[in-house]
Amino acid sequence: MGTLSFEKVGLTYTGTDRSVRALEGFDLSVASGESVAIIGPSGCGKSTALLAASGLLQPTAGRVLVDGMSVTGPRLKTALILQDFGLLPWKTVYHNAALGLEIRGIGATEIRQRAMMSLARVGLADFTDAFPGELSGGMRQRLAVARALALDADLLLMDEPLSALDALTREDLQALLLDIWLQAGHTSVLVTHSIEEAVFLGRRIVVLTPRPGRVAAVVDNPGMGEAGYRASSVFYEQCVKLRAILAEEGALQAPVSVGGAL
Amino acid sequence: MKGGWGHKLTGYAGASVVLLIGWQLLSLAVDSAALPGPVPAISEFARVFFPELLPHLGVSLWRVVASMVLGTVLAVPLGLAIGRSHRLDAVAAPMIFLTYPVPKVVFLPVLLVLLGLGNASKIALITLIVFFQILVTARDAARSIPSASVLSVRSLGAGRMDVARHVIFPAALPDIFTALRIGSGTAVAVLFLTESIAGNQGLGYYIVDAWGRIDYAGMFAGILGMALLGVVLYEALEMLESRMCRWTHVVR
Repeated sequence: MGTLSFEKVGLTYTGTDRSVRALEGFDLSVASGESVAIIGPSGCGKSTALLAASGLLQPTAGRVLVDGMSVTGPRLKTALILQDFGLLPWKTVYHNAALGLEIRGIGATEIRQRAMMSLARVGLADFTDAFPGELSGGMRQRLAVARALALDADLLLMDEPLSALDALTREDLQALLLDIWLQAGHTSVLVTHSIEEAVFLGRRIVVLTPRPGRVAAVVDNPGMGEAGYRASSVFYEQCVKLRAILAEEGALQAPVSVGGAL
Repeated sequence: MKGGWGHKLTGYAGASVVLLIGWQLLSLAVDSAALPGPVPAISEFARVFFPELLPHLGVSLWRVVASMVLGTVLAVPLGLAIGRSHRLDAVAAPMIFLTYPVPKVVFLPVLLVLLGLGNASKIALITLIVFFQILVTARDAARSIPSASVLSVRSLGAGRMDVARHVIFPAALPDIFTALRIGSGTAVAVLFLTESIAGNQGLGYYIVDAWGRIDYAGMFAGILGMALLGVVLYEALEMLESRMCRWTHVVR
């Protein structure tokens, strides 16, 4: 389970003196167990779409469905990972990982078991008593992943989860996310502004138009998840293709050569 | 924090030596019975501490601690709620801005008439002053919490009370402790004022009574007692903070 669909979703932010149309006529269906990456120019409403899927924002037009039900608020089996601020600096690693379970009112023994298991899964079992402020950026993001894992979610939403990390840590975390997805088989939706990340983690890559965001193109990426994919020529070609589409959409200032800023 | 206490005591000892030397020099320069040097003042303090001073110190401590607890318990939830709700803030903020600058001590005579000369009027006044200091701080702290922090916890299914407990309260706690430490100084000052004006208990009374009897050594013993009260309060708050806000002391 964990199917997600956007049906002609429109979302307009109403400010005090002006309103911003973030999404308009946004249609997208994500099947159970599928992994979709959403990419597009900055401010195209990618994050808005994700927040609507998580139930934290209500669309102003159309509707968002999870498992065929209209999303009206946070759902128990949906996990959301944000780029920053997702962790609470005043809670230890253990209590950050256990937070979602505590809020759900689950028994202490089960919380302990599930939190420890997910911390072990991301390699943080030895850091349970540390505070987030004592961890490196990569470890913090691992903790955010552990918290989502502990929820045993069937729908994992990620809003540029790795964009604050350096390139090497980022690849490491991408591999971890891929591994977890291959193993757990949950539905995964990743919002990113990195072409390489989209190709590495999205079996389907959705390109959005500039604001108001709607689907400009969908790129199938069947090779995703294969061993050694990142080093293959198919991976490289997919990146080139995606870059060309983004350039066409005006997401890139000028067509840049692929080898450069990847 | 390893060696924190040893380090702290060394610092206090050094500061005490400098202050004592300064005090001695000042009393020599002024050369008045009203400003005895540290040796006679401290020996008098030691002599009267248990038989005379301690009961007054106890009364003063009780008054100031009760006031600070009461003021905090009232102000923190209200301040946090005002800081997180635009609607509540629209109503409360103008009232706070109008009443905050009014010096609350001027209400002492009113409180004395209404609540009598005993503990109630003193505790009410100090509570009022502490309340406003904490209220303003809690409101500002709650307002500055990044909305993304709240969003991420709400995505876990948190309701209003969960957000208050897991995000708003702990995020504001360091600021509240800072306000309390600053407020403890104000509280002791106001305590002295209330005790010196009415009643026959407390360090403020002890100091003014000794002054009236031209017992300057006794007066200074009371002043030292008041200083001790302030230091104990400040230290207690600091210890409480380092226990409750451990994450602010971590270093990467």
